[in-house]
Amino acid sequence: MDYTIKIGGEAGQGLQTIGGILAKVFVKHGFFLFSHQEYMSRIRGGHNFYQLRFSDSPIMCSKAEVDILVALNLETIELHKAKLSRYGMVVYDSKVTKKRFHSEEFLDVPFKEIALREGGTPLMENTVATGAVLGMLGMDMRSYEETLKEVFKKKGDEIVSKNLSAAKAGYEYAVTNCLKCRFTVPRREPPSRMILINGNEAIGLGALFSGCRFYSAYPMTPSTGIMNYIASRAAEYGIVVEQAEDEISAINMALGASFAGVRAMTGSSGGGFALMVEGLSLGAITETPIVIAEVQRPGPATGLPTRTEQADLLFVLYTGHGEFPRVVFVPGTPEQAFYLTNKAFNLAEKYQIPAILLSDQYLADSQWTMMPFDTERLKYKDYRLRGKRLKNVDIYKRHLFTDNGVSPLAVPGDSEHLVVTDSDEHDEEGHMIEDAETRAKMVNKRIFKKLALIREEISPPTVYGDKTPETVLICWGSTYGVVKEVVDELSAEQSIAMMHFSEVYPFPDTAANDYLQILKKAKRTICIENNATGQFAYLLKAETGFIPSDKINRYDGRPFVLEELLEAVKSRTAQEVT
Amino acid sequence: MTELDEYRGRKPAWCPGCGNFAILKTLKETLGEIQLRPHQLTIVSGIGQAGKLPHYLRCNTFNGLHGRALPVATGIRLVNPEMVVIAVTGDGDCYGEGGNHLIHAIRRNVNISLFVHNNQIYGLTKGQASPTSVESLTTKTQPFGVLSEPLNPIALAIALDCSFVARGYAGDTEYLKYLMKEAVLHKGFALLDILQPCITFNKINTYQWYSERIYRLEEGYNPSDRINAFQIALQWGDKIPTGIIYKRDKPTMEEKIPVLTEGPLVRQPFRMDKIVREIENLIP
Repeated sequence: MDYTIKIGGEAGQGLQTIGGILAKVFVKHGFFLFSHQEYMSRIRGGHNFYQLRFSDSPIMCSKAEVDILVALNLETIELHKAKLSRYGMVVYDSKVTKKRFHSEEFLDVPFKEIALREGGTPLMENTVATGAVLGMLGMDMRSYEETLKEVFKKKGDEIVSKNLSAAKAGYEYAVTNCLKCRFTVPRREPPSRMILINGNEAIGLGALFSGCRFYSAYPMTPSTGIMNYIASRAAEYGIVVEQAEDEISAINMALGASFAGVRAMTGSSGGGFALMVEGLSLGAITETPIVIAEVQRPGPATGLPTRTEQADLLFVLYTGHGEFPRVVFVPGTPEQAFYLTNKAFNLAEKYQIPAILLSDQYLADSQWTMMPFDTERLKYKDYRLRGKRLKNVDIYKRHLFTDNGVSPLAVPGDSEHLVVTDSDEHDEEGHMIEDAETRAKMVNKRIFKKLALIREEISPPTVYGDKTPETVLICWGSTYGVVKEVVDELSAEQSIAMMHFSEVYPFPDTAANDYLQILKKAKRTICIENNATGQFAYLLKAETGFIPSDKINRYDGRPFVLEELLEAVKSRTAQEVT
Repeated sequence: MTELDEYRGRKPAWCPGCGNFAILKTLKETLGEIQLRPHQLTIVSGIGQAGKLPHYLRCNTFNGLHGRALPVATGIRLVNPEMVVIAVTGDGDCYGEGGNHLIHAIRRNVNISLFVHNNQIYGLTKGQASPTSVESLTTKTQPFGVLSEPLNPIALAIALDCSFVARGYAGDTEYLKYLMKEAVLHKGFALLDILQPCITFNKINTYQWYSERIYRLEEGYNPSDRINAFQIALQWGDKIPTGIIYKRDKPTMEEKIPVLTEGPLVRQPFRMDKIVREIENLIP
């Protein structure tokens, strides 16, 4: 069983309410779920959709084919009807679309009329529509009723009971009238204990678990969800969240907080991160730990503000004036986002460097069902020199030359030792210098000594599928799920594997894990990227000399979906390698 | 009283006769008189001749980027309100490159003292116009004279209802010390604009030019009258007022942040076990 439901309509019609509630209902029933959203850069009107896929086996991407299209307006029908599956149905309200469809795949449900009758307000049409979907699927109402009670509890008993009647009426209308519905959803018992989480929440949660105490940012889609999440937990866990006047201020504030002695983070999308770049360089020379989330959207400039792309990889890798180490992580799932956020905080503080988490709109807004994260796998170590330990130090120098290049990071004010740092090149004490000898020693310390150690911390790519594959699908970041499902689909008929990179800088060393051998032995290597120019393929070549034999790139601002990528891979693997 | 020697830093790299020497000496005396130990203070500075100041005395120092001292200072205060924070900048640094940060730092009212060494010229980059340069000034980059009107930082700050607005003069160190002391002791954001001749590049606003115009606000002047303060702020030319021009007590941002009531974040221990339920909460 594997069904996709697409809810389409204008911004402001409540797609997120229906989608969010359905997602919870399916998970409560014990199903795996994957949802993704595509929306326009506007508050009202336009065309948006919320797509949910649920199954009794693990899933991790969206499909193109739709089994139930919930059309809240006429445009949804016109745009998406062609993608209906063989037994796919459209549910709509002909009074809203002002057009009636007579073919058998259409189910006309008077959402508004039922809402008015049962709830006394047309506002409950979404509750009716959700009930209708469950009726079409032949599922029971238990979890839906439970969810409605949770969602509307705050609004009082009357609102709850009206929503319950509206839901039931929608459900029964569908059961009675959808004679062509052929969906079979098995009962699953007992219900699973899976969590439901999206990429932005996973980064926010990872920050909480890593002891982040300060987050400053300027709102920018699609990164704002991280700030919202952390702000919603700030009072409970002792975090200061400040909305800065611009991204330049955001990163400088976070550096100030980090200098003062706490773990600090900032986040933005590409345009905002571009403004932070001067601060990135400041973090590097002052050796002030900082974690930065860059949630990509298509550029250049304002680009497509609410869409998705993986086109900032080389930008975050190479940006910043001067030469300095950094780490760049590119999570592929909320689970990776959670653990890599933790790793970013640890490495940032351990080596006193900037650590960048590169996500994108698709990962940010996609909800996944996952097993609850294992907090035992997290690392938390306070690398700062504070309190008594600092008081016991005889002489303190903020940028002391040490064997491994890492100087003690003291908390100013915790003792009489002074903490001095400078954006100018400086000596061990942190005071500005211009002499050649100290300069060269500082560069050696920051880059060569530290970078070698950081590289040892970097994990090799994940290889999934055939152990000696003829075809390797190379990918990074948010394409993890769709590429993995393509491998699952094709494994029965061909020798194929995925090689997914989630830690891309420093580039994974081949000494401990010679993943290059897998690539070299394969007949065909296809680099799959959500960008136009193949930035990862470029990086792979630059770092290892390996050139993938083929590329699949998507750069229309939309994510890869299963069937389309499957066809693209099949057409490549059907060709002879020349 | 803390001994002045305690603040002795490295040898300044300023031009002999620069107004910065007087400002540095006055700052050391101020810190000594209010008995602030070096480790209890962090100076955040930007870039320019003023930005070098913290290297020439002893204190915690973050000498950051051009224009960006205030955001760094804000970040420090928001996680450690026990730290005394002074931002030291120049007119180009704070009123030009960092103008946006100044506006919003005033709005936040974080307890930071901002000292702006205002010499109405760019010193470090050798003599270009600054946001406070007079319109007639010609420089290598403004060969037809400055075409923009000078910024009035005092009027700007009063318009934003800044909680402490003062002007000092590097040539009147006795009064400057009083103003510095009041600014540091003031609870809230304090702007102290310090007029300072640049003997190398500014041939208009010289010691003589200032001494003919500078006057101290009379005793009994009421700095809480915002309308009157605004009128004083508009005085420039024949007479230039110095003193605490406007002052208003109001809650700081630190006081308004609920989590800081339990003490500075830098001293609040991290408890992962408290957060574990957040994962349970993700189960629908």
